[in-house]
Amino acid sequence: MTSAYPFSFYLPAAVIYGVFFLVPTITSFYFSLTRWTLFDVQFIGIDNFQQFFREPALVKGFTNTFIYAFVTCGAKVILGLLLGAVLSSQIIARGFLRSAIFFPVLVSSIGVGITWKALMDPFDGLLNQALAVIGLHGPGWLTDPSIALLSVAVVDIWQGVGLATLIFIAGITSIPQEVYEAAAVDGANTWQKFRKVIVPLVRPATTTVLILSLIGGLKSFDLIWTMTKGGPGFTSDVVASVIYKQYQAGFFGLSTAGNVVLFVVVVALVVPLQTWLNRGNSEG
Amino acid sequence: MSNTARVSRWVGGILSILIVFVIFIVPFIFILLTASKTKVEAADRLFTLPSDWRLIDNLVEVIGRGNYLLPRAFLNSLILTVTSVILITLTAAMVGYVLQRRRSRWNRVVTFLVLAGLVIPPAVVPTIWLLQGLNLFKTMPGLILVTVAYGLPFSVLLFSAFMSSIPRDLDEAAIIDGAGPFRLFFRVIFPLLRPVTLTVVVVQSVFIYNNFNNALYFLPGDANATVQLTLYTYQSQSQTAFNLLFMSVLLIMIPPLIAYIVFNRQIVGGMTAGGVKG
Repeated sequence: MTSAYPFSFYLPAAVIYGVFFLVPTITSFYFSLTRWTLFDVQFIGIDNFQQFFREPALVKGFTNTFIYAFVTCGAKVILGLLLGAVLSSQIIARGFLRSAIFFPVLVSSIGVGITWKALMDPFDGLLNQALAVIGLHGPGWLTDPSIALLSVAVVDIWQGVGLATLIFIAGITSIPQEVYEAAAVDGANTWQKFRKVIVPLVRPATTTVLILSLIGGLKSFDLIWTMTKGGPGFTSDVVASVIYKQYQAGFFGLSTAGNVVLFVVVVALVVPLQTWLNRGNSEG
Repeated sequence: MSNTARVSRWVGGILSILIVFVIFIVPFIFILLTASKTKVEAADRLFTLPSDWRLIDNLVEVIGRGNYLLPRAFLNSLILTVTSVILITLTAAMVGYVLQRRRSRWNRVVTFLVLAGLVIPPAVVPTIWLLQGLNLFKTMPGLILVTVAYGLPFSVLLFSAFMSSIPRDLDEAAIIDGAGPFRLFFRVIFPLLRPVTLTVVVVQSVFIYNNFNNALYFLPGDANATVQLTLYTYQSQSQTAFNLLFMSVLLIMIPPLIAYIVFNRQIVGGMTAGGVKG
């Protein structure tokens, strides 16, 4: 007798996922060890990885990936939590505020990137024009090598904080009302309620936001590519943009080595973090 | 509520509205204003009212530009989004159904693959190599299949989570009535999955429509370009007319905006469920 839940139902998804995701992922380990061009593949051992950690341009992309991911992830957790707390309180125009903060999540990174590139123009951009009104001379947000990466990170936070906020709102709303009442009876002020009730009890939401934005930050590509193309020079490159640049230049093996590096970075950071945070959740 | 509390609530509220307006609304006003300017005026990129409102003229011009490039890109994005979403929904629902109902040694494998798919960055060049081998590189079907593969893990997660809310009694009743697995799934279960199906459809549509990387890598060239790729190519040209560029940005934002207005609950629910399971 056949089961009512046949394994054959796995088949269509398994074929598509297996062929178009698993096969490339697994073969990438081999290709990362080759000198690979349009014409041939030649096994060269770990040369690509050595090159990856020797060439300043590539090393810069590697370190920038961490900076970018940590800055965007940290800011989304902190700002999202604060905004979530404010927007779950009895504030006026709550619906409008939530929608306005969330809408950028639904706009493509290309649209967001083009818009902010114009707003961050060193001379005519709204940002520096506004700073000039209060007598400040704004920097070249995307043209100054020392801040270009952080400027893009700020736009990334602008675009993504709405999602973090909504996840925190969902978490805060699920805290039982009695807890707030108990805190009120004990005479807790707003800050104490935030610090002693909300922060510890939204931990599952914090975990979600942290993991999602860390993964997103490490893989980040399109916003950076639209706004700076990794420039000026290679000062705002990340591993994902290095992968694209090396691919465009025809260094397929090196590009794939970049992919493997990114794979290792993501797994090495996310898996232990996830395990650790979840253990904390089940204990708490 | 005391008077001071009421006053502070209003002051705090108005202050929040102002701050949110400046940070989150002003950039969109900038898009609208620039899209309404003449080419010369828009080139300044200043945040000013247009001296001459050209919204409709710019709209007409951007639609006709490059032999109707933008409308063709919209059509391509539509084909990509609709086909991928249908395939993702059907295949992911089938996986979620068996995964939640049947305990077997495959459960761990499937769960592992789902989590792996959510975390691991796709290997780009090997995917291109594979698509070339299958004669699918630079073709719409190739892009669709890759998009489906990338969209499956998240959707499987949502479907299998929702399956647990459908009572097993229904399955048993249908089985006693002589329904085979296909009839059971497609006639009984799948219709009951409607809420989560809608969520998956809406959220995946927005994701796929907004995606840029996949088209950049797997469907380069002008012929089949999606809206995001067209927008990107347009902004990287040296002689960009800013009024038309921002008119394109404006047009490209409209489908997600409509989706947000109509399917607010599904979008918020689906995206915040990104961590249904830690």
